[in-house]
Amino acid sequence: MMLAADQGLADTSNLLVYTAMAVYALAFLAYVAEWVFGGRSRVARTAASLDTGDQDTDAATPAVTVRKNGATSVLERPRVVTRSTGPGRPETLDGPGAAGGDERGDTYGRIAVALTSLAFLMHLGGVVTRAIAVERGPWGNMYEFSTAFSMVVTGAFLTLLLLRRNVRWLGLVLVGTVLLDLGLATTVLYTETQQLVPALDSIWMWIHVPLAIFCGGLLYLGAIGSVLFLLKDRHEAKLAAGATPGRLSSSVLGRLPSSVSLDRFSYRINAAVFPLWTFTIVAGAIWAENAWGRYWDWDPKETWAFITWVAYAGYLHARATAGWKGRKAAYLAVIGFICFLINYYGVNIFFDSLHSYGGV
Amino acid sequence: MTRDDAPRSGVATDGGPEGEPAEVPDQRRDEESATAGLTTAPLDGDEDTAEGGRADGERAAGAAVPGSFAGTRAPGVGGALSWVARELLGWGRWFWRQLTSMRVALLLLLLLALASIPGSLIPQERSDVTVAADFRQRNPGLSEFYDRFQLFDVYSSIWFSAIYILLFISLIGCIVPRTWQFIGQLRGRPPRAPRRLDRMPAYTTWRTTAPPEEVLAAARQRLRRRRFRTDVADTPGREGQVAAEKGYLREAGNLLFHVALIVMLVAFAAGQLYHSEGGKLVVQGSGFTNALPQYDDFSSGQLYDVDELERFGFTLDEFHYAYSRDSVDIGTPTEFRADVTYWTDDGTEESSSIEVNEPLRVGDAKVRLLGHGYAPVVTVTDAEGNTAFSGPVPFLPQDNGFTSTGVIKVSDYVGPDGEHDQLGFQGFFNPTYNIDEVRGPHSTFPEPDYPVLTLNAFHGDLGISSGIPQNVYQLDTEDMEQLTDESGDLFRFDLLPGESVELPEGRGTLTFEEFENWATFQIATREGTSWALYGSMAAIAGLVGSLFLQRRRVWVRARTEADGLTVVEMASLGRTESARIPEELAALAADLQPDAPMERPAERDGAADASNEAPEGDDAEGDDAERDASGTDATGTDATEDDDAGAAPDAPDARKPDSPPAEGAR
Ligand code: HEM
Repeated sequence: MMLAADQGLADTSNLLVYTAMAVYALAFLAYVAEWVFGGRSRVARTAASLDTGDQDTDAATPAVTVRKNGATSVLERPRVVTRSTGPGRPETLDGPGAAGGDERGDTYGRIAVALTSLAFLMHLGGVVTRAIAVERGPWGNMYEFSTAFSMVVTGAFLTLLLLRRNVRWLGLVLVGTVLLDLGLATTVLYTETQQLVPALDSIWMWIHVPLAIFCGGLLYLGAIGSVLFLLKDRHEAKLAAGATPGRLSSSVLGRLPSSVSLDRFSYRINAAVFPLWTFTIVAGAIWAENAWGRYWDWDPKETWAFITWVAYAGYLHARATAGWKGRKAAYLAVIGFICFLINYYGVNIFFDSLHSYGGV
Repeated sequence: MTRDDAPRSGVATDGGPEGEPAEVPDQRRDEESATAGLTTAPLDGDEDTAEGGRADGERAAGAAVPGSFAGTRAPGVGGALSWVARELLGWGRWFWRQLTSMRVALLLLLLLALASIPGSLIPQERSDVTVAADFRQRNPGLSEFYDRFQLFDVYSSIWFSAIYILLFISLIGCIVPRTWQFIGQLRGRPPRAPRRLDRMPAYTTWRTTAPPEEVLAAARQRLRRRRFRTDVADTPGREGQVAAEKGYLREAGNLLFHVALIVMLVAFAAGQLYHSEGGKLVVQGSGFTNALPQYDDFSSGQLYDVDELERFGFTLDEFHYAYSRDSVDIGTPTEFRADVTYWTDDGTEESSSIEVNEPLRVGDAKVRLLGHGYAPVVTVTDAEGNTAFSGPVPFLPQDNGFTSTGVIKVSDYVGPDGEHDQLGFQGFFNPTYNIDEVRGPHSTFPEPDYPVLTLNAFHGDLGISSGIPQNVYQLDTEDMEQLTDESGDLFRFDLLPGESVELPEGRGTLTFEEFENWATFQIATREGTSWALYGSMAAIAGLVGSLFLQRRRVWVRARTEADGLTVVEMASLGRTESARIPEELAALAADLQPDAPMERPAERDGAADASNEAPEGDDAEGDDAERDASGTDATGTDATEDDDAGAAPDAPDARKPDSPPAEGAR
């Protein structure tokens, strides 16, 4: 019978996911080591990072560095108008990164990235074998959704690194949450392989659902950027006001990119995902039209997708609205991502409580 | 654009090498006009200031009523009337300006998101009446409170409608002026270069032996090749310059997006008002004609005319279904398909099949497959041996195993005493019969592996003639008596297909002949669906344009210096702060090298603080920049640029707009 072969593959998939978790855990430790050694370096302790800042700004925007032989003057001018979002605050340069210029820290950072890549490959293998085992897209239930989601997150992170974007500072938080997500997936959410009901057997299953997962993974990166922006922005404001922030926060936040860079990082991701998210919702509506006869029925999933969309539209708007850019806009971005999470995890739980009338 | 908002006023006043004080305001105006019109976004606060300024001017003419828009109040009735009219107009304008400001649009947007939340937490009557009714029963007090705020029907409540209607009025009030402004920009020319190009966000300069006219002609050609709109200006007394602008599609995309939102809302409203939706259970072998009396249930929008129901009908020829028998997936459906023959108004007949995600389309109507079940075919004979009832009776599935319940009503029946009587049966049809202590008779699998019909029997008054509409799936046993067997126990029987049972006391027989499949269909029409689709596609296209494109300006200036060499200056300015804008300028400068080769100067020019090193770019780099400028990579991080940069005229947060007079009054 088919079942045996399927089950064998499904077991392989589970094994791969567990192994990936183990490697992620090692990567996590390496990121911790990177931050710890980075914290010891003199550079990080000076926090203002002015001495190394120059090179790192260039590293953060490699496209500009390419032009160096082209026109130095061109490269000089833009800096004049790159202003912090805080009013009247002197411009801060990007921090030196987690390793803080420390050589051992940097080595650990490289090891961490290598381990993350290895874990990602296993993770990918786990998702693919699962797909083969169930003979459909690997996004049919909460377990599969969660594993695919964190796979997108690491995949996007590694892609950015491959594109030589300055994002290694993301590693610790990112791998930590990926581990958490996989932990939840393999324990609480685990589901045996399943076939899908005919209602889900549609071309839109191959468009709508993976797009939603993809958008979610990227929006998560944006959300981390926004949260770190909020922390870094406050840190910079404190510095500008002449206060001395705590040593730990100086050491950690000082190594992050400047608030302007963080803000731009999350804006680019959120803005790029927004049209895609819009399309995801439209694809869902087309599917609903075919399957249920109504393209929009305000069921909780649809409603929260809409709320998420409106929150991100608000975020984009806020950035063009006087008095809303900067911190307030960043709060909106974080709220937008929370709405996304509520949609994917909360709504399923609320559904239950709706039927049992518990606490609504 | 208002004048009093210098984007880089801080830079403008910090004094360049020749920063004579008298030049500063001039310089500022110069730079403002270079920046003006890069976007059509309304400027929050600024309009208030402009209006306030106007009111100030009027007030100076006489003693104004404080806090009024209308200014001086002339004596007499005429004066009072015109004052009131001006006052109302003033308030109206103030209110309109508020409503169409970015700030209020943003607040309304956030309010809309907040207002959508309760509907996802509280059961909504529109989507599930039974759940909502159940909730009401359990929480009467809370329900009363909910009812007061229409919380059982959030999405058509007054307050929810108010929010989105206000938002869309704001949207229209925003789009219309922005569109005119944008058309004006399209018809105008790229603005002149500001006098001091080196104050622009990206700047480069070098010396060359080529004459200025040639440099400018070459620059213009290069810019055109990069699809910039260009304008050559030779102001007497000033050097020659080329002004160029690109990326108008960004604004067009933004306007398209917002217009598309309106299209979608209108389509959505049309769908609400003009729709029909009904359900029908059809037993295999029988048919349906699309007319109101044929429906089991039907609802339609306020403006829908039921006479407009599409004329067609169909017969359910065969219903196919299958369920998985795998241990993990047991009971999961794997196939649903209804083979139908449908006919239309013009008399044609065609065969088709309807699947879960593939509705049948007939004219405007869509026929969807919703569910299925079994209809035992039962024959009942009365005490005299005549057939009192014969036909399929749909039983409704109650669980995943298709434990189905149903009733059989025999209204025309003669009892053993020769009197007219009525019979009612109620019970289960279980496709895969099983019985246990806890659940009683039930079905363990949806397919008919061991089909058993289990019934109780009643006689008496079915209540059909009472005139109150009855549910065909429920038996009202109030005026009925349950039959018992000889030993006095309640009469209850299990039948396999083909078996029959003698009813007690010579009341006749019941035969379970066979069973049929039935399927339920939803027949719906809805206006505006395709418009909603076009609208959403346009919205996405507009968004892509709005978020991924850059609007930017480039200026090139060339003049002959005393030493006979030509000084070329180039600058660019974007609506947003983007790394790609200086890159593009560098690529352009590199492009120009063949026509304006750099002349390495013996000494540095004191006035220009920028390096005079020539941009010796090669072609590969130029291509690079082109790709960067237009491309978006898969991760999207290249997609867009910072929006809050100094280039935006509404940027400086430190600016304190004057309060409008009305605000001062409160
Ligand atoms: C139905 C509600 C609305 C939604 C969902 C919405 C959504 C958006 C989005 C996603 C953007 C981002 C595009 C970009 O950053 O370039 C945007 C930009 C913009 N919206 Fe809206 N909007 C709405 C209503 C309004 C209203 C009522 C106004 C008028 C005040 C308005 C004016 C603008 C303007 C001026 C921009 C361009 C800002 C810029 O140039 O960066 N929008 N809108």
